[in-house]
Amino acid sequence: MTAFFRVFFVGGLIAYRALFNWIRPAVYIPTMLIGPLFQILFFAYLGRYSGLRNDAFFVVGNAVQSSAMSSVFAGTMAIANERQFQTLSPLLASPANRFALFMGRSLPVIVSGLFVSAWGFVMGRLLLDFHPPLASIPALALVTLVSVVSGTAFGLTIGSVGMRARDVFMSANIAYYIMWLLCGVNIPLDSLPSWLAQIGRLMPLTHGIAAAREVAAGASLGSASGLVWTEAGVAAAWGTLAFTLVHWFELEGRRRASLETY
Amino acid sequence: MRVARLLLAGLRFHFKSLTLSWFFILTSVFMPLVVATVSYYMFRAGGKPGTLFYASLGAAVYGIWSSTLFGSGGAIQWQRWQGTLEVIVSAPAPFILVVLPLTIATSSIGVYSLTSTLLWGRFAFGIPFYLEHPLAFVVAVPATILGLGLLGLLFASTFVLYRHANALSNMLEWPVLLVTGMLVPLSLLPGWSHPIAWLLAPTWGVRAIREAALGGTPWPDVGVTLALGAAYLALGALFLRYFEVAARKHATLSLT
Repeated sequence: MTAFFRVFFVGGLIAYRALFNWIRPAVYIPTMLIGPLFQILFFAYLGRYSGLRNDAFFVVGNAVQSSAMSSVFAGTMAIANERQFQTLSPLLASPANRFALFMGRSLPVIVSGLFVSAWGFVMGRLLLDFHPPLASIPALALVTLVSVVSGTAFGLTIGSVGMRARDVFMSANIAYYIMWLLCGVNIPLDSLPSWLAQIGRLMPLTHGIAAAREVAAGASLGSASGLVWTEAGVAAAWGTLAFTLVHWFELEGRRRASLETY
Repeated sequence: MRVARLLLAGLRFHFKSLTLSWFFILTSVFMPLVVATVSYYMFRAGGKPGTLFYASLGAAVYGIWSSTLFGSGGAIQWQRWQGTLEVIVSAPAPFILVVLPLTIATSSIGVYSLTSTLLWGRFAFGIPFYLEHPLAFVVAVPATILGLGLLGLLFASTFVLYRHANALSNMLEWPVLLVTGMLVPLSLLPGWSHPIAWLLAPTWGVRAIREAALGGTPWPDVGVTLALGAAYLALGALFLRYFEVAARKHATLSLT
């Protein structure tokens, strides 16, 4: 059991530090903080021009979604870079528990995602017309945490595809951009065609963003609990898919001797 | 003559190789389509459907900007990763004549963005495509591409000393999209941001394209775009020379 936790926590942190390319401040600050800040400002101003909704709608949507800079990209790198750096074979040759090995990497990704989202909320509060009640902050933090976990499960799913696909980072980019459209980040789901809205409901963050908007507007956590539980369910589904794919691609890679071939 | 041949050969080579790069196709076609689609839905849901063609043109210029930015960020970095930067610097041809076609090629890839965004708007959202001044439009598009390519050269020249140029590219994408009025009118932005916008070619390029398409006086905007491009070229040449010497002196040219 000690080995499980050691691999999960210590191994996860070491893997994150080794595999997440953007961890240096010179890269992290421009990419993970300044880029998302201007994303929030851009959509808030576009929202003002279009007359769609107020600043709070766009601050909450984009602050939660910007956590995907960590959850999608870091989640992808945390698995797919093993293959890029040619360390996948030795890793899979080890007898370490696979759940601890791969899911342990999600913890630093989640922490980083929370930090990016918190940054977005704070900057939204300082620079835009976004004034959530102080009492809503703990609930908002909880909803954001569930959303970030969900996004990270999604990122790990994309990363697991990187154990097989040639260029998974393009998929990560596509996934990140698609979230602007499908997850209710900038457009209310009822303004989308029903088939797009339906896809959006299966994506991570969608229900979390809706819950965060309710909570930031002053609603109690209890009244948004249905959305939060749905988001948690979506997270569990993506997490299960990620782990299943990791397991399947490991078996396939061993069988075909194609773990590190491109 | 030799300079023209070098520039043309470089432009052709880089345009072809970038066309084969899925990453570039993604940045120049897919990303602007997503931004355009989000904007279309936002304007529709916000009750401003009349602005869809306006959004379409802005998203198209965003595509040119996006591919220029990633290209100029990568122009030096890719050479570093491939181990060809020292070879290029030590070649007898001036370094700027090697970098310039690459940055112009990256902005030229934006033609794909322009085409795909306008077609997407026409066929997926039924946005009518009608040009008030077709001749001015035909001139404004290459002028904007040239202006942005030269802005890319200016960025690339300053990236010689910076090992994480790609991070700067990631950082600059949104601020320039916001401040140059590609999708949000400048009048909505704080007054202090206007002088910054005036120094950026995309501001004038998108204005030229819009006024050519929607009606107005595009020619002065085309002129300012080209004038700014000339200024970027002069500054880029200066910076490139200075930073190249500095990198050679400190032996940091190939450090990644």
